[in-house]
Amino acid sequence: MFEKTIEKWLRESATFPLPVIADIQRAARTGIYDIRGFGAKRHMPTFDDLVFLGASMSRYPLEGYRERCDTSVTLGTRYAKKPIELKIPITIAGMSFGALSAPAKEALGRGASEVGTSTTTGDGGMTPEERGHSDKLVYQILPSRYGMNPDDLRKADAIEVVVGQGAKPGGGGMLLGQKISKRVAEMRDLPEGIDQRSACRHPDWTGPDDLAIKIQELREITDWEKPVYIKVGATRTYYDTMLAVKAGADVIVVDGMQGGTAATQEVFIEHVGIPTLPAVRLAVQALKEMDMHRKVQLIVSGGIRSGADVAKALALGADAVSIGVAALIALGDNSPEYEEEYRKLGTSAGYYDDYQDGKDPAGISTQSDELAAKFDPIKGGRRLANYLRVLTLETQTLARACGKSHVHNLEPEDLVALTIEASAMAKVPLAGTDWIPGNN
Amino acid sequence: MATHNIDLEKTSVRDINQALHELNGTEDRSEWRITNSKGRHAIAVGIDAPLSVNIEGHVGYYCAGMNKHATVTVNGNCGPGVAENMMSGMVRVTGSASQYAGATAHGGLLIIEGDASSRCGISMKGVDIVVNGSVGHMSAFMAQSGRLVICGDAGDALGDSLYEARIYVRGKVVGLGADCIEKPIEDKHRAELKQLLDKAGITDCDAAEFRRYGSARKLYNFNIDNMDAY
Repeated sequence: MFEKTIEKWLRESATFPLPVIADIQRAARTGIYDIRGFGAKRHMPTFDDLVFLGASMSRYPLEGYRERCDTSVTLGTRYAKKPIELKIPITIAGMSFGALSAPAKEALGRGASEVGTSTTTGDGGMTPEERGHSDKLVYQILPSRYGMNPDDLRKADAIEVVVGQGAKPGGGGMLLGQKISKRVAEMRDLPEGIDQRSACRHPDWTGPDDLAIKIQELREITDWEKPVYIKVGATRTYYDTMLAVKAGADVIVVDGMQGGTAATQEVFIEHVGIPTLPAVRLAVQALKEMDMHRKVQLIVSGGIRSGADVAKALALGADAVSIGVAALIALGDNSPEYEEEYRKLGTSAGYYDDYQDGKDPAGISTQSDELAAKFDPIKGGRRLANYLRVLTLETQTLARACGKSHVHNLEPEDLVALTIEASAMAKVPLAGTDWIPGNN
Repeated sequence: MATHNIDLEKTSVRDINQALHELNGTEDRSEWRITNSKGRHAIAVGIDAPLSVNIEGHVGYYCAGMNKHATVTVNGNCGPGVAENMMSGMVRVTGSASQYAGATAHGGLLIIEGDASSRCGISMKGVDIVVNGSVGHMSAFMAQSGRLVICGDAGDALGDSLYEARIYVRGKVVGLGADCIEKPIEDKHRAELKQLLDKAGITDCDAAEFRRYGSARKLYNFNIDNMDAY
């Protein structure tokens, strides 16, 4: 009787639901904003809001497993003497040694190399483990320039100038003191144990005109061999894409707001940037208007989880996608295997997002030798390779269903939207109609 | 040893850089003289050999960027980012330098005989920079290690968010940035200062005339009590 009364009268506020109340209480208790890893957790329009039309009376499908559906992609054809050839259009996003353990970085290299794709360094420089196990490695140039040196630049297969990332466009990096081990500190030339702030702006250029000259310098140093990517967090994506083309990019990486991070303020993760869905469309629109679509390649990242996401990003005009959080999950992050340890940290498998803490029971987002030793880079690499194969097979399945002999032949015409929002953002018709909001 | 003479009106920047890179990884100590630089960008970048490169004239952005081992002299003024991310060797500018001189440089010695603009030594990571004149605002911003010697004056927000780099200033400082404080100058500091001035060939400054600045180390770990500084 009493319980029934409670059910009737305890009404949760829509303005102050329990998680909001908990946030206010946490802020009042600690005096510090919440910093965490992972990516945005809020609901937003995603690729799930699009569906493929598939073959029909007027479209001819390809036979699954029998008729070839190619997945190869070449990145950096605009200026680089040595473009990158990948077997699959799914790359591994930049994640730093520091944020991740050395064995985790090694596993990313092993997994990616096994299926013929690339990995990317991160804030903190290039480790021998990473270079040694990555057939194709993209070297990031970030505002901090931690570990930046011309030898590693020349060892890289491509260079990625990071202007921003989806989790925090306009924000710098953060690596909290508990993850600054002796090795990380030495690589970054900073004292052990201090909270490392990575600048939010590059130290030696401001704006696209400067960036064009910066890229010229990088090309000169590497004798114009390597593709130069420009990575931006998705915000003013249409203009950013145009400016990146103008600055001389071979490849543009657009990272939607679902993109992951190792450590960022919660308020930043959830409230800055636009979702990946509109970002890919805006980037493609800009490239097409400049007659640079497919000449400057587009990589899209931020919340890519399945072959369906890959296929939809490609259909909207991306040349490849990039994965970060999904790759970590494939390695073993948030695995139920560690449930007991997650519980001790006050969380649970599937919810763990404290990458900033360095206490990862899976041994991935940590600099503790003890925890890192629990992670097997060979098994982890194998799991990642399996996952990448599944993504590829799923992408091919959808492409064949639409009658495409190459995944790049997928096109917006193959898609419709299930919601008005997704239709407006992706500029594909609402299912069952020929209506695209905003189009006359 | 014969000097290689390169006229940038006749040879492209690409070709001269390629020729210099052919010697990377060697002990080649040859001399190169580059004329008609005319503000061109990215001249003599990415060298990795103990070459001697003399540039007669002004240069644009990023001259001698990422230098290793070479001695590069610019007989003129420099655009932004001279010797950015230098690893070793020496770069000398006989005129003045624009913004970000020596940005993120890890090693070697950068000498600017004139003035340097804003953000000189930004995020420096071990380089020594000696400026005979004055520097602009935000110099040594987030400087991690190495030494910045300013024989003239320093602009506002000197050493903002400084880590372990050491700054010596002979003239006036308009203002110090967050977490940058004046520190006592001891004999060992005067000794290293004198050594740097000697290496830079600056003879009209007395090490005793300088003040020393460094990090208060209060912002190394986030502390809500330092809210006003964030």
